[in-house]
Amino acid sequence: MSQKELVFRIGGAAGDGSASTAESLAKVCTRSGLYVFTYTSYQSVIRGGHSWVQVRAAEEPVLSQGERPQVLICLNQPTADIHAPQVRENGAIIYDSDTIKLDGLRLAEGVRKIGFPLGRLAREFSNNALMKNTVALGAAVRLFDMDLAVVESAFATVWGDKKREIVDANVKAAAAGYKYVEENGGSLNLGLRHSGKARLLITGNQAIALGALAAGCKFLAQYPMTPASSIMHWMADHAPKHGVVVKQVEDELAAINMAIGAGFAGVRSMTATSGGGFSLMVEGIGQGGMVEAPVVAVLAQRAGPSTGLPTKTEQGDLNLALGAGQGDWPRAILAPRNTDECFRLTAEAFNLAEVYQTPVIVMSDLYLSEGYRTVEGFDFNVPIIRGLLAADGGTAKDKYLRYKITESGVSPRALPGQPGFQFDAGTDEHDEKGELISDVLAGIPEWVEIRKQMMDKRMRKLDGLRRDTKGPELWGPEKADITLISWGSTQGPLREAILDLQEADGLPVNSLEYAYLFPFHADETTAALKRAKRTMSVEGNFTGQFSRLLTAETGIRPDHFFGKYDGEPFYPSEIAAKVREVLG
Amino acid sequence: MSDGKTIELQEYKSEIKPTWCPGCGDFAVLSGLQKALQVLQIEPWNIVIVSGIGCSSNIPHFLSSYGFHSIHGRAVPVASGIKLANSDLTVIAAGGDGDGYGIGVGHFIHAMRRNLDITYIVMDNQIYGLTTGQASPTSEKGMVTKSTPEGVIENPVNPLTLALASGATYIARGFSGDAKGLGDLFARGIKHKGFSLIDVLSPCVTYNKINTYDWFRQRVYSLEKEGHNPSDYLAAVARADEWPNLDQKRDRIGLGVFYERNDIPTYEDLEPALKKGPLVRQPLGLANPEELLEEFR
Ligand SMILES: Cc1ncc(C[n+]2csc(CCOP(=O)(O)OP(=O)(O)O)c2C)c(N)n1
Ligand code: SF4
Ligand SMILES: [Mg+2]
Repeated sequence: MSQKELVFRIGGAAGDGSASTAESLAKVCTRSGLYVFTYTSYQSVIRGGHSWVQVRAAEEPVLSQGERPQVLICLNQPTADIHAPQVRENGAIIYDSDTIKLDGLRLAEGVRKIGFPLGRLAREFSNNALMKNTVALGAAVRLFDMDLAVVESAFATVWGDKKREIVDANVKAAAAGYKYVEENGGSLNLGLRHSGKARLLITGNQAIALGALAAGCKFLAQYPMTPASSIMHWMADHAPKHGVVVKQVEDELAAINMAIGAGFAGVRSMTATSGGGFSLMVEGIGQGGMVEAPVVAVLAQRAGPSTGLPTKTEQGDLNLALGAGQGDWPRAILAPRNTDECFRLTAEAFNLAEVYQTPVIVMSDLYLSEGYRTVEGFDFNVPIIRGLLAADGGTAKDKYLRYKITESGVSPRALPGQPGFQFDAGTDEHDEKGELISDVLAGIPEWVEIRKQMMDKRMRKLDGLRRDTKGPELWGPEKADITLISWGSTQGPLREAILDLQEADGLPVNSLEYAYLFPFHADETTAALKRAKRTMSVEGNFTGQFSRLLTAETGIRPDHFFGKYDGEPFYPSEIAAKVREVLG
Repeated sequence: MSDGKTIELQEYKSEIKPTWCPGCGDFAVLSGLQKALQVLQIEPWNIVIVSGIGCSSNIPHFLSSYGFHSIHGRAVPVASGIKLANSDLTVIAAGGDGDGYGIGVGHFIHAMRRNLDITYIVMDNQIYGLTTGQASPTSEKGMVTKSTPEGVIENPVNPLTLALASGATYIARGFSGDAKGLGDLFARGIKHKGFSLIDVLSPCVTYNKINTYDWFRQRVYSLEKEGHNPSDYLAAVARADEWPNLDQKRDRIGLGVFYERNDIPTYEDLEPALKKGPLVRQPLGLANPEELLEEFR
C-alpha cells in the first residue's frame, strides 16, 4: 500500500511483555484516530522462546499486518538478530544498549540505532522488570509523533483508577523514553495525520463474544483451546452482569452436549473450540442435527494436523466442519471475513440455528480470532428471530407432532415446561412424534417410507438456509485478468494484494469472497465464475478444501491454487507475487 | 397439579410399550420412577428424562414427560445443559452401566463434583445389553462374555465409592427385585437438592447369567435395617466398599441410601447468572450495549 502508514514490531522471549507493550501502542494509535491491525507471532511456551508482535496503523482502514517495520523494539538479543535486518530504510531500532548489540547486523540504509540504557532508566520508576518496555514504548511514541497525553489515558484505561501508582510510574517511564528520542534525532516524520476520533480496537474473538451477547446468547460451555479460549475469557468476565452461564467443562464432548441440552431447553447456547476439540464434538453436533436442537459452535482454526502448531494459523478444518457427524444432516457453516463480520455473522448464526433448529458452525482462525483490528462500531440492533415455536405455531395440543413433516422441513418447537406438548427428542431415527422407528419398526415397508420422509424433511432445511444466506461477494473491478477465490479471513491480505497489483502493475484483479460456505451457493458461483477470465483459489491449507467443495458443487475447477500451510498468515506481497507468476 | 387435581399414576405413562425382554430389570425401574413422580406430584411437562444409548436408555419413551434420548455416554452433560437453561425443571438422567460408568464416566465424575440438582439413575446390569452381551465396566472379574471368552481380567468399577469420592450428595443403591424400595429411593433422590446417584441392580436376563435375581436375593440386605447412618461419610464408604469379591470374602450387597448431605449448596445456588431465575426466563439482547464498548476504545 502506498498510503502513509506506521509499522511497529516488538520482540522478545515469552514473558518479556511484548504483547502488552504492543497492545498499549495499538491503543495509543487507536486513540490517535488511526486504523490499526495487529498480528502476534508466538509459540506454545509460557517462558522463553521467541515471540513478536506487529502493529500496523494508518489513516485509512488497514487490511493486513503489513510487512517490514519502520520501528523495532528489541527486548533481547535474538530479536535484534532476527528482526533488525528487516527494518526499513530510515527506520529505527530501539534497544537496551547495556544488554543488546547491533554490531555486525546488516541494516538497511539510514536505520537509526536508538540504543540507551532502558533497564537502568526504568529502575528509577519501578522495580518491575517490564518497566523498561514502557521506556521503549515512550521512545516509539516520539518517533511516531504521538502525544504523551494519549499514552497516559491509555495506561489509565489499562490499569484503571485503582492502580494510580502503576499508571504514574508508567507515564514517567514513557516520558523518559520520549525525552531521549526528543533529544536524539526526534521524529521519523512519517507524516500521519492524527485525530481524536477513537474507533474500536477489538479482536475477532471479542467480536464473536459480543455478537453472541447481542443475539441473546445465555449459555456458553467451553474447554480451553487456543485460539478459541479468549471467547470464554471475555464471556466469563461479562457473564454475571448479562445473565449468561459460562461453564468451563471437563472436555469438548461435555461442551457440545451441554450446549445442545441448553438449546433444547430453550436458551440460545454456544460452544467454541479449535480443531482438536471440534474433532471430539463431531458425534455431539450431529446429534443436534438429528434431534433438531439449535446450537452455535465456533471453530477457531489453528494449524493441524493433530496438535499441529497450537499458536499458528491455518484454514485446514473446513473438511472437518463439512463432514462432522455420521450420516447427512443439515448444517450451516459461516466464515467471517473480518472482525466486523465476526460480530454480525455470530449474531446471525443464532437466528439461523433457531429458525432452522439445527447446529450452525462459525469458522474463524487464529489470525482473525486473536488479532486486534479497528472496527467503526457495531450495530446492536440485532434482530432476534426465534423461529417456529409450538405455542404460536397453531398446533393443537393433543396431536402435537414435534417433528411434523413440513414443506420447509421446520416443525414447531416446544420447550420443556410447556404443558401438553411433551415429546421425546431421539437420536435414533424417529417418526413425527419423536418415537423411535429404529428398533422394532425399521425395515417394515411402511416405516422404510417414513424413514425416508424424515430424512427428506430434515434435509429440506438446506434450501431455506441457502435462501437465508448470501452468495459470494465479487470485489474489485468487474473486468479482471484473474479472479481470486477466497473464504473467511483471507479477505484482508487478498484485497490489499489486489490494490497493490492495480497500483504497481496496473493489473486488474478481483476476488470472489465467501463468508457463507455451506449450504453452498452454486448458482451465484457459476454465474460469477463464468465471467472470470482465469481463476485462482487462495486458501490457508494444503489440499484446497474449499476449492474442492466449489468443484463438487459446480463442476468448476479453479485454474490455479495457492495454498499456504506454513502456519504464517498470508502476506499481500506473496499473493501478489503468485498472481504475477501465474499471469506470467 | 396446578388446578389442584391429583395426578394419577396412569398420567405418567406414555402410549409406547417397552420393548425390553420379558423379565428385564428395567421394567421395575420404569414403574418405580413413575411411582416416585406420582408421589411427588411433579407435572409431566416439568420433567425431562435424559438418557444415552442402551436397552435401559430407551426409558424416556415410556414416560409421558419430556424426553431426550441422547447419544451413548452423554446423558449427563445433556441433562446438565437442560438444568442450567431451565432450573425450574426436574431433570433426571438415566441409562446403563456402560453408558454412565464406561463411555460417559468422565462426565459422571464431573457432574458429581459440580453438584447440579439432577438425579441420575443407572440401570446397572453389569453387561452391555443392547450390543448383545459384551463386558461392561461393572462386570465381575472372571465373567465370560462375548468380548471376554477367557473371562474379564480387569477389576470392576465400584460406582458408589466413585460417587462418594467425587462429591455426589445423595448416593443410593436399589434392586429391581424390590420395586417398592426403588420408588422410595427415586422419590428421595429427586427431592434431594444436589446431585443424586441411584445405582440400580437391574438384571439383564438375556446376557448376564451370573448376576441374576436369585444371585442378588442371596446377598442383598437393607442398610436401614442395620442402622446405617447416611450422614456418616466413612460409614458410607465402608458400606459401599462391601461387594461380592472373589479376592476378599465380602459377599453382601447393601440396599438403600448410603449417603445424603442436604447442607451443601447446589451448582445453581452458586451460579451468579441464575440469581435472577432460570435462564429461559431472562430477557434476550443487551440493555446497554454501548457501555460494553468502552474497553475497546
Ligand atoms: C459412540 C458409540 N459407541 C458405541 C455404541 C454402541 N452401543 C450402543 S449401546 C452400547 C452399550 C450399552 O450398554 P449399557 O450402557 O450398559 O446399556 P444396556 O444396554 O446394558 O442397558 C454400545 C456400546 C454407540 N451407540 N455409540
Ligand atoms: S438384553 Fe438384557 S438389558 Fe436388554 S432388554 Fe433384554 S434383558 Fe434387558
Ligand atoms: Mg448395561
